[in-house]
Amino acid sequence: MSGHASNEINAKAGWDGKVSPFSAGYGKLMMWFFLVSDALTFGGFLVAYGFIRHSYDGSWPIGEETFDALPLLHGSYPLAYVALMTFILIISSVTMVLAVEAGHRMDRKGVTNWMLATVLGGLIFVGSQAWEWSHFIHGTKFGKVELSDGSIATAKGEFGKINSFTVVKPGTHYHEAGTVITDENISAEEGDLMHAFQHAAADGHLSGSADQLMITLHDGTVASVDKEADKDLQLIVKQAGNDHAVSVASDEETRIHENEGSVDLYYEALAKGNVIYGANLQENEYGPQTYGQFFFFVTGFHGFHVTIGIILNIVIFLNVLKGTYHRRGHYEMVEKGGLYWHFVDLVWVFVFTFFYLI
Amino acid sequence: MAAAAQEAIHEHDHHEESFVSKYIFSYDHKMIGKQFLLTAIFMGVVGMMLSIFFRIQLAWPGESSDLLNMFLGERWAPDGILNQDMYLGLVTIHGTIMVFFVLTGGLSGTFSNVLIPLQIGARDMASGFINMMSYWLFNVSSIIMLISLFVESGPAMSGWTVYPPLSALPQAVSGSGLGMTLWLLSLTIFIASSLIGSLNYISTVINLRTKGMKMTRLPLTIWAFLITAIVGVLSFPVLLSAALLLFMDRTMGTSFYLSEIIIGGEMLDNVGGSPILYQHLFWFLGHPEVYIVLLPALGISSEIISTNSRKPIFGYRAMIGSILAIGFLSFIVWAHHMFVSGMDPFLGSVFVFTTLLIAIPSAVKVFNYLTTLWRGSIIFTPAMLFAVGLVSTFISGGVTGIILADSALDIQVHDTYFVVAHFHVVMGLSAIFGMFAGVYHWFPKMYGRMMNNRLGYAHFWTTIVSGYGVFLPMHFVGLGGTPRRYYDNSVFDTFNPTAGEMVLDLNIIITVFAIIGAFGQLFFFFNFFYSIFRGPKAPLNPWKSNTLEWTTPTAMPGHGNWPGELPVVERWPYDYSKPGAEDDFIPQTVPLKPGEEEH
Repeated sequence: MSGHASNEINAKAGWDGKVSPFSAGYGKLMMWFFLVSDALTFGGFLVAYGFIRHSYDGSWPIGEETFDALPLLHGSYPLAYVALMTFILIISSVTMVLAVEAGHRMDRKGVTNWMLATVLGGLIFVGSQAWEWSHFIHGTKFGKVELSDGSIATAKGEFGKINSFTVVKPGTHYHEAGTVITDENISAEEGDLMHAFQHAAADGHLSGSADQLMITLHDGTVASVDKEADKDLQLIVKQAGNDHAVSVASDEETRIHENEGSVDLYYEALAKGNVIYGANLQENEYGPQTYGQFFFFVTGFHGFHVTIGIILNIVIFLNVLKGTYHRRGHYEMVEKGGLYWHFVDLVWVFVFTFFYLI
Repeated sequence: MAAAAQEAIHEHDHHEESFVSKYIFSYDHKMIGKQFLLTAIFMGVVGMMLSIFFRIQLAWPGESSDLLNMFLGERWAPDGILNQDMYLGLVTIHGTIMVFFVLTGGLSGTFSNVLIPLQIGARDMASGFINMMSYWLFNVSSIIMLISLFVESGPAMSGWTVYPPLSALPQAVSGSGLGMTLWLLSLTIFIASSLIGSLNYISTVINLRTKGMKMTRLPLTIWAFLITAIVGVLSFPVLLSAALLLFMDRTMGTSFYLSEIIIGGEMLDNVGGSPILYQHLFWFLGHPEVYIVLLPALGISSEIISTNSRKPIFGYRAMIGSILAIGFLSFIVWAHHMFVSGMDPFLGSVFVFTTLLIAIPSAVKVFNYLTTLWRGSIIFTPAMLFAVGLVSTFISGGVTGIILADSALDIQVHDTYFVVAHFHVVMGLSAIFGMFAGVYHWFPKMYGRMMNNRLGYAHFWTTIVSGYGVFLPMHFVGLGGTPRRYYDNSVFDTFNPTAGEMVLDLNIIITVFAIIGAFGQLFFFFNFFYSIFRGPKAPLNPWKSNTLEWTTPTAMPGHGNWPGELPVVERWPYDYSKPGAEDDFIPQTVPLKPGEEEH
């Protein structure tokens, strides 16, 4: 191709861009302007997110409540995981700066090491994001339950230790419906049974009459909801062999008077299988459907940028290993890659702020 | 350095380039500029033909036309009567092609490429490879857009603005299926092309100016291309956001732009989105896009008017200032396209204010053109005629712009033919006049031959007469209340000629002028293609112009632009008829005489 001729002019006649007036070669200048334009693409998405969120008033999910899980641990650790992710990404920016700085000193070994650290940081971040997505997709233990009157019910907490239970009527805001499940004597095992019950309900393994629903769980256990017993909120689960009652709420006092109906509807909905676990593009348990759509799209678009950045950094890293830049006499390519990498970090700070903090 | 440069060029001359590297995947900015021009001319012909098709329907609604049947076939024009869906498709693709492929890619792509390195004294663009990519992405996106015309379900049918939900729901109209998908794909590739092209233009202008070429010595063409590129880099990415979200809505079932829609009696699942969101994102690009189209034309006309008036451009710094002001203001006026979208009237009044502000830099430009022409020794080359024609259409379109900027008035004529007439005059005619002016003026530089002047005059007069013949009556059609994008207005009693209204009669006049104008372009096509091969050889500096591109050998300088050293710039580009000078022009490379003032 004509690359040959072009390179000739390039090398000998000075057609490679001078450095005035910004003391930067044309490549660096192009990278800066590209980043400006990319910033506006992200700007478009975040403004769109704000626009839609604004139209929902108060009924938007709260970051601390939605993202409070850590891998392999139970319990609630609000935003701990995403904070760790963010910290790793920012550290990888620091290592990138150190690589650029080593490049200025023509310290090839230094550049190699710091570039490797940057690539690792990026990989850890993308891996963490994969877990975050996976957790978001699989959802919480209790899911979101659609009641027969169109309301949405959600439960928060551990099995046997539900600490909040909220019901949203269609067209209204979230409001606390009161704590309905407080019996601390329920063991974890029983909690698992309730989980299995809900999943079975979701899968629609129902039988029996309207008054006495029979549900077959995946391990062969049969659970039933007794409309009579439901008066005192008893969920009766019969495990193969012995009777086993999971008491889900026996304390009348904790039931807030005006929401009694909601609680009944909750169990009715459970029985009908109107339970949503986790999130996808069509529906999610955390809040309005557009919330999940924006979360996947914007964090996905950012993750795509990080992935591109990792590939770029790996290419640069290999070139550093081969000594390409050392022979060239400068490490400007590391600097250009660094500009992109810092940009990706900076964008994450905004994405993080929009989706997790506010 | 000088010796090395000469050696490089010398070697270069002996280096035989293959056909592919010279004419197809060329790195040479001049060849890439010509590729952009030829592609744009082809797209322009297609866009123009589409407009003739739907103009026939508007003038003689429901009447059979052999022309329609011949081009659109039984599928889209059964018995010669235009299909209603296809009417929308024609309008949509006409708008898309004209705005993006002719007036953005064609105008900015052609002249930024040809002129930036030549006028700033650079060997080529900063990156020849990226420049080549920019053209080929443009080429691919053009082809995809053309292919969308031939898919069975028809091209996109939701107007060039592709508002959801019409564009977001494949079941909305037949063109919202595959046609719309291809439209989005084509535009996404176009945005990539425009983006990398602009990055190249910006870094070339900033970094690669030759010695002495200060920013205040740049020809106004280069200023216009620079600001156009910056505006493009800042606005196209937001269209990309809008397009990607729309793409998700179409393919992944998201509802960013959709909420509570009933279609065919069936309630869709989509909840929570907002079609107004799309309008905001779209017009954040859409309005700057107007200036991406217009600014290069204004830059070209500044250069041509000054050269052919044999006078320095009046108010050089004011011209730069007004380009900058227009570029800035273009980002804070977008919601004036949305006065009827239910926006807060107070917010509307803010946008009325910012929109009216644009009249100031625009008026500065117009008065500077007029004062440059005033008492000049005007040479009416075809390029000059088109440049002056641009000033004319810029005024007549700008005046209706002031009417439309006012929300109280805009709400009355919103989405009528008044708006169509306004933007066709101020953006369509002005920009295409700038493009023709540029082609006539720089043809000798691009092809080393001269175009025929008589054919040029015939082309100009048919174009401007038919241009006004089409769009002047269209204002009255709009004031009569005719809504745009309707397939057949004769079904409304108000517009029926037998009821004493003249709207339909005007539509016939408009269509006749549109057909005359289309035939008038034959003068240009013949002139252009004939002159490439048979035109008389061009002299070194046919227009006696000052800028650097006329200092390099006529017949298409090779790759590298100047044999030997790059020229050194000693003065600004507008030293025409300078008192005390022997010639009425002093090229930029001539040093200032002792005691001579620069301006």
